[in-house]
Amino acid sequence: MSAHEIGLSIRGGTKVYPGTIALKAADFDLHMGAVNVLVGENGAGKSTMMKVIAGVEQLTQGKIIIDDQEVTFRNTDEAVRHGIGIVFQELNLFPNMTVAENIFIAREKTRGGIDIDKATQRSRTRALMAQLEQDIDPDDLVGDLRVGQQQIVEIAKSLAHDARILILDEPTSALSAAEVDILFRVIADLKKRGVGLVYISHRLEELIKIGDYITVLRDGVITGARSMDGVDVDWIVRNMIGESGKDFPKEIHHPFGDEVFRASHISLPGPGGGLAVNDVSLSLRKGEILGVYGLMGAGRSEFLECVIGRHGHATGTVSIDGQPLGEKSVAGRIRRGLALIPEDRKNDGLVQILSIRENMTMSSLARFTKAFHLSLRLEKKTVADFVKRMTIKIASPEHEVSSLSGGNQQKVVIAKALMTDPKVLLMDEPSRGIDIGAKAEVFRVMRQLAADGLGIIFVTSDLDEVISLSDRILVMSNGRITGAFTQQEATNAKLVEASAIGHKKEQTTEEPA
Amino acid sequence: MAEQNTAASSFSSSDALLILLKARTFIALILVFVFFALNAPNFMSTANMVIMSKHVALNAFLAIGMTFVIVSGGIDLSVGSIVGLCGMVAGYLLLNGLDIGLGWTMHFNTVEICLLVILVGVLIGAINGFLITQLNVAPFIATLGTLYVARGAAMLSSDGRTFPNLNGNAEYGSETFRWIGTGHVLGIPFSIALLIVVGCLAGYIAARTPLGRHIYAVGGNERAAGLSGIKVNRTKYFVYIFSGFCAALVGLIISSQLVAAHPATGDTFELNAIAAAVLGGTSMSGGRGRIIGTIIGAFVIGVLSDGLVMMGVSSFWQTVIKGLVIIAAVVIDQAQQKVQARVVLRAQAALDK
Repeated sequence: MSAHEIGLSIRGGTKVYPGTIALKAADFDLHMGAVNVLVGENGAGKSTMMKVIAGVEQLTQGKIIIDDQEVTFRNTDEAVRHGIGIVFQELNLFPNMTVAENIFIAREKTRGGIDIDKATQRSRTRALMAQLEQDIDPDDLVGDLRVGQQQIVEIAKSLAHDARILILDEPTSALSAAEVDILFRVIADLKKRGVGLVYISHRLEELIKIGDYITVLRDGVITGARSMDGVDVDWIVRNMIGESGKDFPKEIHHPFGDEVFRASHISLPGPGGGLAVNDVSLSLRKGEILGVYGLMGAGRSEFLECVIGRHGHATGTVSIDGQPLGEKSVAGRIRRGLALIPEDRKNDGLVQILSIRENMTMSSLARFTKAFHLSLRLEKKTVADFVKRMTIKIASPEHEVSSLSGGNQQKVVIAKALMTDPKVLLMDEPSRGIDIGAKAEVFRVMRQLAADGLGIIFVTSDLDEVISLSDRILVMSNGRITGAFTQQEATNAKLVEASAIGHKKEQTTEEPA
Repeated sequence: MAEQNTAASSFSSSDALLILLKARTFIALILVFVFFALNAPNFMSTANMVIMSKHVALNAFLAIGMTFVIVSGGIDLSVGSIVGLCGMVAGYLLLNGLDIGLGWTMHFNTVEICLLVILVGVLIGAINGFLITQLNVAPFIATLGTLYVARGAAMLSSDGRTFPNLNGNAEYGSETFRWIGTGHVLGIPFSIALLIVVGCLAGYIAARTPLGRHIYAVGGNERAAGLSGIKVNRTKYFVYIFSGFCAALVGLIISSQLVAAHPATGDTFELNAIAAAVLGGTSMSGGRGRIIGTIIGAFVIGVLSDGLVMMGVSSFWQTVIKGLVIIAAVVIDQAQQKVQARVVLRAQAALDK
């Protein structure tokens, strides 16, 4: 194993964001001609480290070394010049351009620097697609491709620029099983050609299968780094969550009340045909925490969005306290006692340029309004109450909400939902992108709310989180519910198995006859 | 110890800078006033103040409506044409009444005419809102379309001619129409009094009603606003209707002041309104802006152009200077955003320690 030379190193890498330290004095070696696996929970600092290598972000302290020379990447261009390519988790493609145009974006093949040589771009693209065993036409619009195919285009983009180092950030999260196999063959091929790969994923079995070296991160600190020989899931998990385990609050035991919420036969057409949510039915009792586990793209977020009324064309009925809701609009459903904490805090949860106070009261202004007059005094008082109750760390409620750290922003979103006096709280990835301390506090708040009789449905892709926090667990895969467990029954293995059911089916149904 | 002192002083200096930047439009207004008071004869006379205020009021009405639209994340290019069309409607109703068929012609008194004209403005605003919310037309394009349609309709209403001598007719109770442009309330010209009322109303809506908060939220982040239960479409309807309402008021005032209605009236007024809003600190990307800032912005522009006229500066130079002032305003606005973010982040960082 030591035959692999080191292509890039980080020494003492520290990255500070306003409010959080994403990476603390990290030492990382990237081996060439091998797959370097990177693993850790959400917010552990994996993506930050990769962004630093790819020139998207710059280290606050520490250095990057390539071939014994210290380098600094001020932007992605400089990183690309050093042969570094990255495929982000969120795809960076232009849906209105063709595959070939996307692959050569900003580095177009030209004649004399002006005229784009479309023929060369097309033939190069065709060669790349042949290498990747994909039947994608260079002139197809990227927007017309399936997500899995778009991922392949992203990879082809990096390959087109002769990347010596290729970073793949959760490349399989949106791929079907057949596409994953192709990706793994491509990776093996790249390895043989001496390319150094960095592979980030949450699927531990996958990592062990494909990796040569492994680095584990927890809260911005590297907690384990070694070659993959003899590594098992246990070792990874131990390093990921630490010996002490997660500091989740002990369960406050309390009896459940009557059924407070029922969703029957919810379906939603997906963007690329098929159903994003496929006939999902579930019920929830007062004081119960229902965890919904599944992989990215399983339709969990879409289901919550159907319930809150964001998708007008969704079918099925939603009932609160046994009463079916006639209201189709978000406003109507909030009034009836539903509240959503969206997954994408920045784009769906908060109005960044408004103040903390204005964000918090956005859903519940009626509470402070007599006729049409808004009582600012009452509003301020209520905001101060919630800031205290949720232990939100703020200098002033009049500051812009964007100045807060992720955890505090999340608490503002939760406070906004709670101000509407909901009966049922829908939480989409409530712990996403917040540090471990804030996580524990968010979970404590969830427990407390449930004990007060609130019904909570929360969506997560974190196994430990779903098992330790839920009273009951549903697993979704490919738009359907594929498993239901009580807290006692649930194990990591069972949940992972159930979350893969939909993809296996998809593979068989999509195979051309 | 010394370090602490410097830290403390840098705190207060950037805080002071922030206050200065926030009050920049007001400071600009004072500077403009002082400059012309010293350089233009008779500038500070009461008569001139009244005339100037009347000029400013016209733009200020439009700018108030425009502020709501821009804060909600949109733009309304049609207001200038609405001014023209509403003036023509007022003139037509005064001179000809409304032929309702069967040889009958209905004549209206002043109040009825005002209400009908306002209805026209509100309707065009509602059409803008319909195009933008229901048919998903980008605000720029939708209101560009209504700009042309309304201007064309104004031309068609008289074949491009002016409606002259809008003195009204005592027989129909419309002889008071001229009062709109010339009358006084409590010693203040009516148009100024009306501006104060509309300005206070708009300021109240913006600061103290849920509707106002919704306008800011929709402009700041439409998706988040929608998911928070804000009725986004209803909010957008309101801002365009309110903008149309303001434009109708201006149409009435101008036709009354001139005692005539010309179909080209209000040409490019929308640009002056946008300029006043931006000068007053309204962000073109939505979510930020204040009514009082806009009114001060309208005064800066109005005082600047009237003052330059009094000094005998060529109107070509006036245009150049107006453009430079607007650009400078936006550049300073960017600086303010940076300073503000720094001050807030530091306060937050101090707390996290």
